[in-house]
Amino acid sequence: MDHQKCRHLLGSLSDYVDGELAEEVCAEIDRHLEECENCRIVIDSLRKTIYLYKVTSEPPTVPEEVRQRLYLSLDLEEFIERKASNEASKP
Amino acid sequence: MNQEKRVEEFSLEALRAGDKAEFARLVEAYSGVMYRLALKMVEDPQDAEDVLQETFIKAYRALPNFDGRSSLSTWLYRIATNEALMALRRRKSASVGQTISIEEPAPNEDYEQEPIQIVDWCCLPEAEMMSAEARAYMEKAIETLSPALRTVFLLRDIEGLSTQETAEVLNVSEVVVKTRLSRARMRLRELLSEYFGERAARRSAAEGEGL
Repeated sequence: MDHQKCRHLLGSLSDYVDGELAEEVCAEIDRHLEECENCRIVIDSLRKTIYLYKVTSEPPTVPEEVRQRLYLSLDLEEFIERKASNEASKP
Repeated sequence: MNQEKRVEEFSLEALRAGDKAEFARLVEAYSGVMYRLALKMVEDPQDAEDVLQETFIKAYRALPNFDGRSSLSTWLYRIATNEALMALRRRKSASVGQTISIEEPAPNEDYEQEPIQIVDWCCLPEAEMMSAEARAYMEKAIETLSPALRTVFLLRDIEGLSTQETAEVLNVSEVVVKTRLSRARMRLRELLSEYFGERAARRSAAEGEGL
């Protein structure tokens, strides 16, 4: 990647995929992408990278034994069993 | 924040007064996300568990003075992030006898990662991109990021916090969050392109032979 324009846009690509750029900068990148295959590939693979991390991220759960020790360390033993009823009440 | 965000329906009054039942509800609601963050930050289950416990011990102690200026979740993320960064510092200093700076970027991270790998691998089947081996590689890729970049990436792209919330958690400006996120993502893109690009090339070579 040694095209001067490509280098210039490098720092904006992350904001670009988040849709957080000012309209004119966004339009500038759109125009550049029409003529630059390398940048299209970089954008596509950047999007795919973020997507893959999002979809493969584990659900936010705590292993049961870790949870038990957490409650003990917080002196909350009496509330350990509440999980079953909480789980049941979730939609 | 993403769909995993818990609705903040806690009684601040009860929490500040040290109400154990209310605190237990808070722990139940947030221990999952805090554990996930800790695990990705420190990469070790035992350290992550320590971070989790310390986070809620400190939260319980600090709750009487919680001013409510930030949301409870942002506040908890801040405590957990600090604990995780301290755990990383301790481990680093124990292993090499020196401390690491979490605020300063690593030498190779104070500029935008210039794309070296320009390979179109987006055509790979999704099953191949999400195989156990690919996931393990992706985990390793996160570990190569400095703590400063890793933290921003995890908070923004995994935990789903907004730029503003992430800035609040880390007590840095939104510009800093965006810059670090950009560097983290570009670096990860590079590493994933290396890995998946090779697989995409092998696949198209195999297809070529089959013709």
